[in-house]
Amino acid sequence: MSELLTGAAGERRLFLGNEAIVRGALEAGVALVTTYPGTPASEIGDRCYEISRQTDLRFEFSTNEKVALEVAAGAAACGWRVLCAMKHVGLNVAADALMTLAYVGVKGGMVIVSADDPSLFSSQNEQDNRYYAKLAGLPMLEPATPEEAKAMTRAAFALSEDLKVPVLLRTTTRVNHTRGPVTLGDLAARPGPGRFDKDPFRQVMVPAVARQAHVRLLAAQDQARALAETSAFNEISGRGAWGIVTSGVAGAYVADALKELGLADKVRLLKLGFTHPLPEALLGDFLAPLTKVLVVEELEPYLEEGLKAIAQDRGLTVTIRGKGPDLFSRLYEYHPGLVREVVARFFQVASEAASPLAPEKILGQPLPDRPPNLCAGCPHRAMYYAVKIALKDLGVEGVFPTDIGCYTLGLLPPLSMADFLICMGSSISTAAGISRATGQKVVAFIGDSTFFHSGLPALANAVHQKHDFLLVILDNGTTAMTGHQPHPGVSLMPPGYPGEHVPIQRAVKALGVEQLWVVNPFKYKESLAATKEALTASGIRVLISQAPCHLYAQRLSGKKRTARFQVTKGCGECRDCLDNFGCPAMYLESGEKGQLQIDPELCSGCAFCVQWCENIRPVGAGKGKE
Amino acid sequence: MALAFTENRKPKTENPKKNLRIFLTGVGGQGTLLASRLLGEAALAAGYNPMVSETHGMAQRGGIVVSTVVLGDLQSPLISPGEADIVLGFEALEAFRALDRCQAQTLVIANTATMVPYPVAIGQARYPAVAQMFHCLAEQVGALLAFDAGALAHKSGSPLAVNMVLLGALAATDSLPIPAQDLLAVIRTRTKEKFLASNLQAFDLGAAAARDPRNWEW
Repeated sequence: MSELLTGAAGERRLFLGNEAIVRGALEAGVALVTTYPGTPASEIGDRCYEISRQTDLRFEFSTNEKVALEVAAGAAACGWRVLCAMKHVGLNVAADALMTLAYVGVKGGMVIVSADDPSLFSSQNEQDNRYYAKLAGLPMLEPATPEEAKAMTRAAFALSEDLKVPVLLRTTTRVNHTRGPVTLGDLAARPGPGRFDKDPFRQVMVPAVARQAHVRLLAAQDQARALAETSAFNEISGRGAWGIVTSGVAGAYVADALKELGLADKVRLLKLGFTHPLPEALLGDFLAPLTKVLVVEELEPYLEEGLKAIAQDRGLTVTIRGKGPDLFSRLYEYHPGLVREVVARFFQVASEAASPLAPEKILGQPLPDRPPNLCAGCPHRAMYYAVKIALKDLGVEGVFPTDIGCYTLGLLPPLSMADFLICMGSSISTAAGISRATGQKVVAFIGDSTFFHSGLPALANAVHQKHDFLLVILDNGTTAMTGHQPHPGVSLMPPGYPGEHVPIQRAVKALGVEQLWVVNPFKYKESLAATKEALTASGIRVLISQAPCHLYAQRLSGKKRTARFQVTKGCGECRDCLDNFGCPAMYLESGEKGQLQIDPELCSGCAFCVQWCENIRPVGAGKGKE
Repeated sequence: MALAFTENRKPKTENPKKNLRIFLTGVGGQGTLLASRLLGEAALAAGYNPMVSETHGMAQRGGIVVSTVVLGDLQSPLISPGEADIVLGFEALEAFRALDRCQAQTLVIANTATMVPYPVAIGQARYPAVAQMFHCLAEQVGALLAFDAGALAHKSGSPLAVNMVLLGALAATDSLPIPAQDLLAVIRTRTKEKFLASNLQAFDLGAAAARDPRNWEW
């Protein structure tokens, strides 16, 4: 049984922020959870999937965030408590639904988790989604710790039901992926079937209805502001003529800094957890007696702008600073030492400025990087190799719009198979634009999960507009990057997965693609021949590269391939494998004329390289087995 | 369990509730996340408020994986440069790279075994000499305990048990405010049945390595 379903009220557990959110939702009686996986929110879906196999919790990995939000909205309209989780950029995909769902409102409580990623650990941007709360006019809670994440999730359901609008729970990577103590409450039972009560003149957003709905939304915002004024999630501590206002995990760094700098008696601290709408009276009263105030928040000056507006309204002349050249940056996540230094500088108190040791300087030589790489045995690498060699043989330069997934790592040399990327699904539509503008040979790459997420409309467009490029769909049967979640085209099913399989091939054909190739990338001769055909044809062409994610297939079957390969003495200095393929199991022996070798511990036994290099031969089954 | 030969070198934990910042670093797949989680669980069981931060997602595909365990009167889950009390380095190069987290009192416990990064494997970069890295490290930090944890993991029957070896070594240095027994209890309940025997053996081998004075001489 999932750990999140066990434990008595009052018990303390060490939970990941994401697990704390799930526990909070279960304690609030959530009936449906929807998501599209994305770091740093993925574990929310993973845990809920597991729980949905063990209880009557309804859960789905939806095809994208917009779909997830709309499925959740439908259920919330019928009185169910629902949670919809996504990474920050996922909310861009769901934004169309979000903005008007705020007008439509909800009957059952609805919590939308937006997991932001300052420092871009696993994302294409570091946008600050607190502005979505402002843009949509929805209440927002911002936890700083797993304990708060659980408490706020629970409270957010009640808040949402009271105000009849969705509530945004805005986290950051450092909250989602921190484990901390969480005090358990009682789990709640889930309700039986809901009922959809017809009320079209409140719920069908035609202009006349929406005009009234906007009035209701503004009223809900006023109510929300009143609640924020007295919310226990907005805490004031300390005393003195100076002030700090903070939210999220930055609040933890501030708390430690004040202690370490001995400022607890000089600085009044306001840690905000209910951050939209801003509690104007509370903030105004906080600012009034102070002489200078520092705002400590990661990313954009969201609180700082709000505070300055409130000070202006009240006619206060207190100095309010946050972002600035000598203060905080709008870039990347903060850390305790950085916050301590800026706090010390701003209030002009002494701080032991540590000068960190510089390993490279001390050693007197650079340290090699350790870039992430596609796994040994990854089907993406095999397909990239075929496209590379096919283009080389044809003497044509390719332009490679790519997409979001493991295969984005094709960016790195020696593969170098990524030239343009914006967001999920952009490979197909940007390929259309590039080929129309240039007439160059364009080969777009997209993964199977991303194809269903947002590739379908782009491919329909390419067919309809008679665009001219080759789309390679890298179908490894799962959403590998985020931890192997299923999607409509899934072929590697997690145990017990009930979803219906929607074959990619059928979808592509149904969209009107007439030139279609399906290859197993590990059959080199066939995939190379098909790739050459596809490259030389014109119009919209699709090549589906179908082979399961090796890592996941192995985990599901519990079986390891035992074949291993080695380099024979005939190997010279052609280095084709290193220059074009770059399998992590291959290495050069050290020394001037180091021989190429294959590490039997890392070799996956995929038997791909052996098909195009005569100097690589099988070691013999069973050898090199772990 | 305090050892005479390291008494003057290693940091002592006078106040058991004092702040302690442990920085774990290694390569994806080496089990740093499990190690940090076990430390966190043991600390929670011992009445602390541990904060454990982890790396997930893209960074795991053969890249560097760091995690932190922070104990005591602290709320921050992260460890800034120059502020680690203890570094557990799961791989030689990564242990050395973590020198930027160290200060003059830091205890570093490191695996001397190497995992070659891809640029080195294909001859585009050079892996620094391991002994040289550890000599440099030893000069800068409070104490360095380094040995081939990979070999000990193999010896335990589970090559993946480098994390247990390092936890065993850490427990034996007596620098944690948590008794070794508590850590072992967590290993018993939180690791897979199939690996329990090898994990416990790896833990003991790590502890024995910490008691070998030669492993402290760098």
